[in-house]
Amino acid sequence: MVRKWFCVAALAAAVPQAHAQDAEAQKLREELRQMQQRVDALEQRPRQASENAFNPSISLILQGTAARSSQDPAAYRIDGFAPSGGEVSPAARSFSLGESELVVAANIDPYFRGQLVAALTPENAVEVEEAFFQTLALGNGFTLKGGRFLSGIGYLNEIHQHAWDFQDAPLPYKVFLGGRFNDDGVQLRWLAPTDLFLEFGAELGRGRAFPSTESSRNGAGAWSLFTHAGGDLGVSTAWRAGLSYLQTKPEDRAFEDTDSLGNPVSQSFSGTSKLWIADFVLKWAPDGNATVTNFKLQGEYFRRNESGSLTYDDGTALSGVYASRQSGWYLQGAYQFMPRWRAGVRYDRLDHGTVDNAIVTGGLGPSAADFGPLMTAYNPTRSTVMLDWSPSEFSRLRLQLASDKSRAGVTDNQVVLQYIFSLGAHGAHKF
Amino acid sequence: MRLIIALALASACGPALAALDIFACTPEWGSLAQELGGDKASVYTATTALQDPHRVEARPSLIARARRADLVVCAGAELEVGWLPLVLTQSGNPKIQLGRPGYFEAASVARLIDVPVRVDRAMGDVHAAGNPHLHLDPQNISRVAKALAARMCDLDAKDASYYIDRELGFQKRWHEATARWEREAAPLRGLPLVVYHRDLSYLIAWLGMREIGTLEPKPGLPPSTAHLAELLAALQRTPAKAVVRSAYQDPRAADWLAQQAKLPSVALPFTVGGTARATDLFGLYDDTIARLLAVAK
Repeated sequence: MVRKWFCVAALAAAVPQAHAQDAEAQKLREELRQMQQRVDALEQRPRQASENAFNPSISLILQGTAARSSQDPAAYRIDGFAPSGGEVSPAARSFSLGESELVVAANIDPYFRGQLVAALTPENAVEVEEAFFQTLALGNGFTLKGGRFLSGIGYLNEIHQHAWDFQDAPLPYKVFLGGRFNDDGVQLRWLAPTDLFLEFGAELGRGRAFPSTESSRNGAGAWSLFTHAGGDLGVSTAWRAGLSYLQTKPEDRAFEDTDSLGNPVSQSFSGTSKLWIADFVLKWAPDGNATVTNFKLQGEYFRRNESGSLTYDDGTALSGVYASRQSGWYLQGAYQFMPRWRAGVRYDRLDHGTVDNAIVTGGLGPSAADFGPLMTAYNPTRSTVMLDWSPSEFSRLRLQLASDKSRAGVTDNQVVLQYIFSLGAHGAHKF
Repeated sequence: MRLIIALALASACGPALAALDIFACTPEWGSLAQELGGDKASVYTATTALQDPHRVEARPSLIARARRADLVVCAGAELEVGWLPLVLTQSGNPKIQLGRPGYFEAASVARLIDVPVRVDRAMGDVHAAGNPHLHLDPQNISRVAKALAARMCDLDAKDASYYIDRELGFQKRWHEATARWEREAAPLRGLPLVVYHRDLSYLIAWLGMREIGTLEPKPGLPPSTAHLAELLAALQRTPAKAVVRSAYQDPRAADWLAQQAKLPSVALPFTVGGTARATDLFGLYDDTIARLLAVAK
């Protein structure tokens, strides 16, 4: 502290001395004084500090769609895969309000930061998407997060829906994560002290949602590990790639279906679900200046192994060993070809893979045809194009066309017009 | 074994172990930090003069660099609001968080102009704290240099006298240069200009030039044809001497307007690295004034 004062005093004392040597010092001083006056006149008095000055930053996202589709979105399903129970249907027909997101964030003290993202759903409910604290002062590259947060697995998972390049999630996100994974738990990240961006993360959570199920066990129901690497390729290109693993223990993960004769049945799975995700994103802009033109390429590959037991209940419950190995991927690009305008294209594909179902192979009665969603050997695909127009950084209108072959033998042609507006604090967006 | 020791010694004595690892948000502050820090500082500049400082992304490389930084030097006044907060929170580096000695905002010691009386996004992307492009006022550079040197002393007390000496040397050269620029730029007084964005306002205020229009209809919005047509009509009534833009701004709108209004279109470096001559802060000012003088005749 003493040294600091010495330092400041020395600086203060030495500057005028240096001037005094200058022959023009007097003239210079007068000029400076005049300039000072001019600047003072232009300058406003600092804003008064009050309690309100400590209010957190608040921003609000308004979204909505107008959509047409050739198949009823209410009856949407993705054949060959267990229903995730998440919000995975395409935009509802006609006009509909999207989720309005309220984001409140601030530094809590020098040690923690807090953030809440609440979604007001069009069904007049409030959903807590994220509510977490995050450490600021652990040091050595460590950051601890706790609460409910978007998991760090994959690439798109951690990005809020309003910042996506398409109106809806890619198919692999829909079938493997129910749209996205935001568990209640803790996350520890460590950033390596290298020029290459290299981070490692681990999460421990209760596993409250798909692919896990809510349960009242002590201890964690889900855990994950992820690593990301990234950097620049010259001044124009930046990249990030990652590998993630999520393991959950679903118990009685059930869904209602009908058998081949149309009778209602309930199917449920208990066991272990292991999901691998490989992701990459690459962004390019001439000289690194994204204002006029820029390009973004991203893709992710998912692979899931589930093993355990399946229960089939049409009045009489049957159980058998069940194992599945399924995968999926998507690749998308978005190009800003002039200020305000972007065009994008996306292709998604799911691979039904292999499903071993002892109820069928053991000849307990039901055949593969009675397990519509699980055992239809079908590989869903979807092609999507979009065009969006952003009058400013805070507003965006998007037209999206999709040819969705999620249902075996049926093509669903979808047209969606979407608006996204953000009010309030200028939010920072993840890479 | 001997080789390993020799290598370890060599790397320990090399510039990689400079006392201060500085992360500068924009080239002007990177250049100033290098002026003051000399070989005691290793400076990483997050953006180039060809990048719009408002539209930087929290790239992985920036987060990796911020992880090791002792000091972050940025403009402040919300210029970096779209990316810096993310870089800071993801860096896992407590030294550079807001409110710590390792976090330095130029705007905290500079005098800001264009402080809006009320803030509303209908006015475009306005900054509540005032105009953040404060480095084209030589007085601000001088103020920031003084505060930044003091901060460097604070963070690296053992080299305090080194930073003080460098700061005094810089201030002396800067004051002399400022006086010279003011003499040279006398013909620019009253020069009417059309600018792209209000990023040259400090320069215009300092040299007594006049800004009579902006290519952006509102701050942060790209020029629109309707607005350019209005601007062209306005130029018939109030003629300008040149259409001026910064190196990172799209030349098309500026060139179109300049051609239609039969005016010269001038690209200013805006910051260090914006032109071949703008290799440091002195070169930045020299080249900026030279380019303006060329159209003032």
